[in-house]
Amino acid sequence: MDQEELGKLEASCTQEQPPACAAACPVHVDVRAMAAAIARGDFASAAKIFRKSVPFPGIISRICDHPCQSVCKRGEVGEAVSIRALEKACLDWAKEVSASGFPPSAKDKRVAVVGAGLSGLTAAFELAKKGYSAEVFEKESRLGGSIFRFSREQLPEEVISADLKALEKVGVTIRLSAEAGRDMLIDDLCSDFDAVYLAPGEQLAGELGFGLDAAGRWIIDPLTLGTTNPKVFAGGAVRRPSGNRSPIGSMADGRRAAISIDRFLQKVSLSASRSSEGAFETRLFTSTEGIEPLPATVMSDVSRGYSLEEAVSEAKRCIQCQCLECVKVCEYLNSFKGYPKKYIRQIYNNLSIVMGHRHANKLINSCSLCGLCREVCPENLHMGTVCKDARGIMVEQGRMPPSAHEFPIRDMLFSNSEKSALTRCQPGKSGCNHLFFPGCQLSASAPEHVRKTYGFLCEKLEGGVGLMLRCCGAPAEWSGRTQLFSDSFGNIAAQWEAMERPRLIFACSTCYEIFKTHLPEADIVSLWEVLDRTGLPEGVCENTVPGRSLAIHDACGTRHEKHIHEAVRNILRKLGFAVEELALSGERTECCGYGGLMFFANPELARSVIRKRIAQSDSDYLAYCAMCRDYLASGGKRTWHLLDLLFGAPGEDLANRKGPVYTLRREHRARLKDALLEELWGEEPMEKEKYGRIRLRITDELRETLERRQILDSDIQKVIDFAESSGAKLLNSHTGHLLAHYKPAAVTYWVEYEAAEGQFTVFNAYCHRMEITERAS
Amino acid sequence: MNPKEAVPGKVEWLCSKCGLPLEVGKVEVGYLGSMFPVDLYKCPKCGQVFVPVELAEGKMAEVEKLLEDK
Repeated sequence: MDQEELGKLEASCTQEQPPACAAACPVHVDVRAMAAAIARGDFASAAKIFRKSVPFPGIISRICDHPCQSVCKRGEVGEAVSIRALEKACLDWAKEVSASGFPPSAKDKRVAVVGAGLSGLTAAFELAKKGYSAEVFEKESRLGGSIFRFSREQLPEEVISADLKALEKVGVTIRLSAEAGRDMLIDDLCSDFDAVYLAPGEQLAGELGFGLDAAGRWIIDPLTLGTTNPKVFAGGAVRRPSGNRSPIGSMADGRRAAISIDRFLQKVSLSASRSSEGAFETRLFTSTEGIEPLPATVMSDVSRGYSLEEAVSEAKRCIQCQCLECVKVCEYLNSFKGYPKKYIRQIYNNLSIVMGHRHANKLINSCSLCGLCREVCPENLHMGTVCKDARGIMVEQGRMPPSAHEFPIRDMLFSNSEKSALTRCQPGKSGCNHLFFPGCQLSASAPEHVRKTYGFLCEKLEGGVGLMLRCCGAPAEWSGRTQLFSDSFGNIAAQWEAMERPRLIFACSTCYEIFKTHLPEADIVSLWEVLDRTGLPEGVCENTVPGRSLAIHDACGTRHEKHIHEAVRNILRKLGFAVEELALSGERTECCGYGGLMFFANPELARSVIRKRIAQSDSDYLAYCAMCRDYLASGGKRTWHLLDLLFGAPGEDLANRKGPVYTLRREHRARLKDALLEELWGEEPMEKEKYGRIRLRITDELRETLERRQILDSDIQKVIDFAESSGAKLLNSHTGHLLAHYKPAAVTYWVEYEAAEGQFTVFNAYCHRMEITERAS
Repeated sequence: MNPKEAVPGKVEWLCSKCGLPLEVGKVEVGYLGSMFPVDLYKCPKCGQVFVPVELAEGKMAEVEKLLEDK
């Protein structure tokens, strides 16, 4: 990920964009924060937020043309928030706010401001705050310009004079009854001052000695407010056609001019990085779905404005615009307490640092890569792609924590080893038109289903059905092990080629997705579509109760495979079930917690994903991916696999079963291969290793612990085999138990055991990755 | 990584091969290229060590995680 890519990705997440109100306000009053403060009754903070953006808060809160209100998202559900009234209320109800900050160090440059309307006074105020000597020339005998057009009721004189006191505080010099063009010439101002800001209201440009363009308008650069004279800037009402007055627009011009003049006097670029000044349209997406429509809070006394209570009630109507569409639906994104823009930056930093702690490893490895975020994101940002790419880089850099994915990778290697991998054409057929790929987790979870399904397919499909038992390589791909994946998948592709490219049938949606992506030339189909077309096995309705409803958990691998969703639903209806749709289903389905190897990198998170998913309906769930079924069932949810309904023994309550433990999953695969080899192809199964003959006795309680520690029976057998043959073991003088350790590959396993009657009772087993150097003294 | 923290009192394990009670001694442990000496119970003769489950699941796991994220 380079800087440019980072920038693009970050820009796709709009969460940090300002809300519509603040973006539409040319001086960007942080209305959202102000409303939040008022809503909690903190008027002082609200007033402070408001004052930060406007130099004359009393005036503007009474006469602002409030472009913020017409874009307020609350307007889509009820009436827009009365923002201007809230601004006035926060000043009315805040206790006296003391001026904060230190006076700036005085600069030796002088700036003349022509015109004492809101624009000129804002410019003078801002420049004086920056330390410049600012002098205002006003042709009238009072300050304020066109603000006196407003009625005294709307804008009392005491409010004006209180606000304008701020000018004195920052040391602005005022020259009243001094008309530019008459009492002094602009040329003179240019020679006496270092810069000039012209904000003469509706005074004609010609009177000031300034040229006009062909259309009779002042020549003013809209970005910098620069004119044809580099020392002179101009803005305010002169920039607006008459009748189109905007007090807040004038104020914004004053601020823009002050920034330009400061840059001009400091001899830096006038135009760089100014795109966020002035009003703009925000890219922040905010959903108003599910928000109760509410009308504006009524003012009991219009002449006084909102009472304290009314203001609080009105501020509470602010919906506090933000996006978080992905965070709302994804437990992973929610659990790290941020949002994609933050995460992308953290991931980038994690990949870039040379020394130090890599805080984002867990963030990168916890994502299920399921792509739900992309489905709900208004900008189609896919955090899964970001995380998967990051994992690839970590593996390449040698920075991937070994403990994150090693266990499932070992599982994949086992599936693809001689012990459980198998590729054969249908017995008695010379070739095969189809090749059934049940997937390693179906063989692990329900080997009988594989056997029965294969038999059924052989019976129903013409031209021979081959069988390929192995893993598609998803764990390698998910974990960023690109080389391992391409080696493994290359092997599969070569075998498929050698079988003359049969049509591939998948019972696992992840396998389907992997093949679709990496072998696009292959003709692929899901088992569910095949069964929907060929008809269902005979007598399958034993497990069904007509009209009973099953809630479908779509597998995230099929997110964009509508045809698979339909086939599954058709089968269920044919079986007599009523189909219940979960709120997040089809292309917006959720991952079960296995995708992306989430469970191995962050088991607590995966458990919480499962808990959240299974709480969405009281009905039994129906899954059509073995891992989804086992994961949902692990949370205590009654979950059927679609094959349970088709091939389960009559009356067998398969929805209630827990998925097999890791050891048994491996055994199932190995036994399935051996049994099929013998039964269908008449071949001898492979001989077991010596350690495999060691018989273990393990209590159910210890089984659970071993599962959590990811320790297989074969790991224990290897330790005992080593200890018994080498004699390297410890003896407990009190219990008589033996304790031995052995490191078959990366992990050292310890086993506390006892030998009796040809078998070994295991009392405990644990492991660590740290290596111990053992030396004789 | 003090073994006495994990297993208070005297350990009841003997080296089965040498028939000797274990004693605390310096052992080199390492992970991902970092090596450091720690005190562990071990056989005074053949050097066979004892890592209790509390140590493996506690301090050792903690250090492993730390080094993996370094």
